Amino acid sequence: MSVNEADVRYVADLANLELTEEERAHMVRDLNSILSYMGRLNELNTEDVPPMAQVSERFGVDTAKQGSERFSYASREDVLEGLSTSLPHEKALANAPDADENFFTVPKVIER
Amino acid sequence: MDLSTLNVDTAREAVQLRKTTAMALVESFYEKIQKEDGLIGAYLTLCKERAMAQADRMDRMAAEGKTLPPLGGVPVAVKDVMCTAEVRTTAGSKVLGNFIPPYDSTAVARLEAAGAIVLGKLNCDEFAMGSSNENSAFHPVRNPRDPSRVPGGSSGGSAAAVAADMAVVTLGSDTGGSIRQPASFCGVVGMMPTYGRVSRYGLIAFASSLDHIGPFARNVKDAATVLRTIAGRDPMDATSADIPVPDYVAELDKPVRGLRVGMAKEYFGDGLDTEVRSAVEAAIQKLAQVGCEVIPVSLPHTEYAIPTYYIVATAEASSNLARYDGVRYGYRAKNLRTLSDMYRRTRDEGFGAEVKRRIMLGTYVLSAGYYDAYYLKAQKVRTLLTRDFEEAFQKVDAIVTPTSPTAAFKLGEKANDPLAMYLADIYTVTADLAGIPGISVPCGETREKLPIGLQILGRHFDEATVLRLAHAHQQSARAA
Repeated sequence: MSVNEADVRYVADLANLELTEEERAHMVRDLNSILSYMGRLNELNTEDVPPMAQVSERFGVDTAKQGSERFSYASREDVLEGLSTSLPHEKALANAPDADENFFTVPKVIER
Repeated sequence: MDLSTLNVDTAREAVQLRKTTAMALVESFYEKIQKEDGLIGAYLTLCKERAMAQADRMDRMAAEGKTLPPLGGVPVAVKDVMCTAEVRTTAGSKVLGNFIPPYDSTAVARLEAAGAIVLGKLNCDEFAMGSSNENSAFHPVRNPRDPSRVPGGSSGGSAAAVAADMAVVTLGSDTGGSIRQPASFCGVVGMMPTYGRVSRYGLIAFASSLDHIGPFARNVKDAATVLRTIAGRDPMDATSADIPVPDYVAELDKPVRGLRVGMAKEYFGDGLDTEVRSAVEAAIQKLAQVGCEVIPVSLPHTEYAIPTYYIVATAEASSNLARYDGVRYGYRAKNLRTLSDMYRRTRDEGFGAEVKRRIMLGTYVLSAGYYDAYYLKAQKVRTLLTRDFEEAFQKVDAIVTPTSPTAAFKLGEKANDPLAMYLADIYTVTADLAGIPGISVPCGETREKLPIGLQILGRHFDEATVLRLAHAHQQSARAA
């Protein structure tokens, strides 16, 4: 599968990256080179192989349990501040590029 | 004070017995950093107030005759991907150039609870993406053993700081080799524990199923001490394992006689530098001489590790880095017209070239129409790679390989060929994909006096065996 400039534009839109024309040109070249190398995975027959979605699933987990039950050791009671104290408001806003006392301030969301 | 003679035990003991003060140690390290880090570039931020406050605490304890905690008075430093409360944390990126975290990562909190003194934050490749520390948005790191060469990456600063005596031990992170490879290039010990052994809470995420935190040190014993301190279940990280932490230090001196050590033929094929091969083969010979049984094994899917890694890691990264949008923290572009403008320009201006390349790759392999062909396929190959290890570990207790096909390369040498840079990770990515632990220990030098690293891989949660073998190797190498 080879990648052209239209593909790069499309993916950049998905990734919310405003690439310059020069960046797009480099990206076409780099992506093609890397993706064609990745194509060698097709040499392998993986029909009956399960995907490894969770590393932790392979150990320490009770495989007799199903679904999210398996990870019950990682869950807790739904209690306010049961695990740690919430960030105070000012701290949460402290790194904001733009904020008032209550909200993060951003450019307008809805175009009219 | 000769900082190169300090290790965790001697530093702590000196403070405990009041042969020196923690404050004096801290001052010596800052003096060294002041004198030499201009060339090396290991540090991005120094946190002097925090360091002095901790040093003072330790000195008071010693003065009152109280027993210091296990890392009491020991100057350490931490890769800038781990959050430190109220101390700038950048992940090596412009996007977080002025970010001040409101909390500590668990690993840092545990180090400080054990009395360690955090001197500062260490330089790294941007968002931990790179194998040379040339991708830092601020400045590259130079290899203390040869400043015209890279220290390796992405934890280049962490490796260099230990190699240049600018900290006694440091913490780094490893997603595709980023602890082991720089340890190998800089001639120090670098350990990556099993996935889930150390909490990732407060680690700025690159690839959530591949990220690990681990120690750098001059000695395996120091690495074991630090690991014992930071490992263990953390309720703040759901993927941290609920498995007891052994006393890794006590395990070190157990005999290695009778341990079965595997040599995987796929790690000794083409592309391996001859000097690296000789040094690693000699080290394996030494292990045989002290009573290990060396057994040939095969990890047949090794050649598919790099494509698998770069699909899985970039896919996860594209998701993890979506949060950098200019809204709540970090860089925000100027002269914005719309919200979309803010997202797109903030990210394009804030991220470096390698990060953007990986976000693009990751977005592509997850996008509709390509998900099955790339991401799903890679996750299946990941299972095959892990099964290779599980089968091998039925015959052997550890697998020894070179850490990297070559010694440290020159700055700029691979900068224009991303694929060539990726291929250098060939011996390290497999462990990240399988979630197994691995360590790199120095095992000689090239003719040009560049360090060579021996990698030892072990079973899930069997850091004890890995450390034991590494310690035995280091002892016999020093006795020689």
